[in-house]
Amino acid sequence: MEKTFKSPLKHIAFSVFAWLVGLMIFFPIFWMVLTSFKSELDAISMPPMFFDFDWTLANYVEVQARSNYFKFAMNSVVLSVGSTLIGLVFAVTCAWAMAFSPTKRTKNALLWMLSTKMMPPVGVLVPIYLVFRDWGLLDNRFGIMMVLFLMNLPIMVWMLYTYFKEIPKDILEAARMDGATMPKEILFVLLPMAVPGIASTMLLNIILAWNEAFWTLNLTTSDAAPLTAFIASYSSPEGLFWAKLSAASTMAVAPILIIGWFSQKQLVRGLTFGAVK
Amino acid sequence: MKHVMGVALCALLAGGVSFTANAQTKLTIATVNNGDMIRMQKLTDDFTAKHPDISLEWVTLEENTLRQRVTTDIATKGGQYDVMTIGTYEVPIWSEKGWLAPLDQLGADYDEADIMPAIRSAVSQDGQLYAAPFYAESSMMMYRTDLFEAAGITITDRLTWDQTLDIAKKLHDPANGVYGICLRGKAGWGENMALITTMGNAYGARLFNEEWKPEFDGPEWKAALSMYVDILGNYGPPGATSNGFNENLSLFNSGKCGMWIDATVAASFVSNPAESTVADKVGFTEAPCAETCTGANWLWAWNLGIPTGSQKVEAAQKFIAWATSKEYLELVASKEGWANVPPGTRISLYNNPKYLEAAPFADETLLAIDSADPINSTLKPKPYVGVQFAAIPEFQGIGTTVGQQFSAALGGSSSIEDALASAQSSTDRTMQRAGYY
Repeated sequence: MEKTFKSPLKHIAFSVFAWLVGLMIFFPIFWMVLTSFKSELDAISMPPMFFDFDWTLANYVEVQARSNYFKFAMNSVVLSVGSTLIGLVFAVTCAWAMAFSPTKRTKNALLWMLSTKMMPPVGVLVPIYLVFRDWGLLDNRFGIMMVLFLMNLPIMVWMLYTYFKEIPKDILEAARMDGATMPKEILFVLLPMAVPGIASTMLLNIILAWNEAFWTLNLTTSDAAPLTAFIASYSSPEGLFWAKLSAASTMAVAPILIIGWFSQKQLVRGLTFGAVK
Repeated sequence: MKHVMGVALCALLAGGVSFTANAQTKLTIATVNNGDMIRMQKLTDDFTAKHPDISLEWVTLEENTLRQRVTTDIATKGGQYDVMTIGTYEVPIWSEKGWLAPLDQLGADYDEADIMPAIRSAVSQDGQLYAAPFYAESSMMMYRTDLFEAAGITITDRLTWDQTLDIAKKLHDPANGVYGICLRGKAGWGENMALITTMGNAYGARLFNEEWKPEFDGPEWKAALSMYVDILGNYGPPGATSNGFNENLSLFNSGKCGMWIDATVAASFVSNPAESTVADKVGFTEAPCAETCTGANWLWAWNLGIPTGSQKVEAAQKFIAWATSKEYLELVASKEGWANVPPGTRISLYNNPKYLEAAPFADETLLAIDSADPINSTLKPKPYVGVQFAAIPEFQGIGTTVGQQFSAALGGSSSIEDALASAQSSTDRTMQRAGYY
């Protein structure tokens, strides 16, 4: 429902505030894109140059010449989509059980799952690295996909659990009365009703997996390295690099930004689902 | 739908396993992103033409990420990398632990004796090379000749920190956007601590005494930190606590620093007209002394080493011999000009008139590197190797913690006395826990 304001002044004030917040959030992205078209010298100039500089595509040309962008981008797509699809299989069944057949420990189990996200990943780096080394999973797309899937599973379960709780139990019971088996009940009754929730869960998890930079940097070298490794290669301890780094970052975030733009309705709906009844 | 999902899943899982059928030996090389390393990547074809049986795969990472990544790999013998770019801090620690393969097949024409003695000693153990230096740096002062001239300042001899403070006072003109001096203020063992430790050395301080006990509570450290806080706090740019190498490079290149004391490698950036607005107004001189000049400038080198976990040691040695050879310097010079060859590692480079002509900072760089000795870098005897660091595993943590305390003193959130007392107690605790005493 659209929010209505009694006073037009309040409406204007609210709009201005919303725009200001939006611009503040958007400004770093805008600055990154702008910097990517500057020379290294213009990128560090003080006061900063907004539009009055010599626009150049040299940074994009150099980034493409130095790195195989498409290899990194393809790995990002495979890892984020793959880990999300695998996660979905487990999260849907798990959330279904928790939402429709809860026990007195369901809430505790959910909280425990989420608590695993509170552990700093570096704490388990060496054990996981050793397991990966022994199983030959270092720099392997399947290995890193498993890590991303397990890492995001608690959030997927939580989100889906919230959506499933909104679905009336009676509908599932009616399906069961009509003779639907458990897999049929999930596939043909529950999932179609939860499509918006599943879509937003998938989108959010794709974004989380796309942006994950600890495990993807530590467990990959070249064959399975995604765009996070691509960006990391453009930061320099000694030497100017802002313009080239901005070009690399723009190229890295562009796909996910475009997906996010087109699916923003589902994302917003998913994130605010259940917040206002 | 079920079928499609199943097929998609299988395809993705299958995509996770990569199969390669290649008769070539593939070397995976981990490196930092800096101009010299990127240039080396571009010249890969020269190496592969000479060694058609070897192919190269580059993994370029930001310095801290690279350090974490290669440390994990080498400590667990992960075998992900065949050649690693490592600093002079890591080489003695890792070679002692047996993590690095000795470089004993670099070839008869490699001319090991041509490597700068200070650098060679920093990457050797019992006379055996465990890493080969790719480029090396010390620290020196870069200054604005036009501002010095306008203020009537001439440098006749090596400056002291007191003289540097006087000059900073004269040059400091924030109303016109010029700050007397720019120095590293960002906390970190490789950031502000690199500079402050050399200042400490100049004031006669040392990180640890012969019994490995820290000495931050001594008068020498107090003198050094007081000078650092005074000169940078009063005559440096605002927000100096967040300035590292790149931030100061930006400030200097945009004409905002009267002086800048930092890595010699900066000389090529500040005198490059494509990057610097003051390229033709830069002078170079040695880093200031105080009670002594011993250890007043640091020594650092990026080196190529081979982890013992690598299965391709022979091919990796061939690559290292190529990348750190005299011939490689000539190759870079022929493609990119003498000013762009990796500096600081070969004596012969500094006898080459073509290089001396192309690099106006060559003499000062050589002087700085030659005078930095990782073994004898303090006035009083010390038990550790390293000028601006102590080559012990605990130093990374100690340096970062102490660097934060010193940065707090610079920012004004802590007094100099409190910062030194905290540095002393935290370091003492770490060394006791590590079993040094």
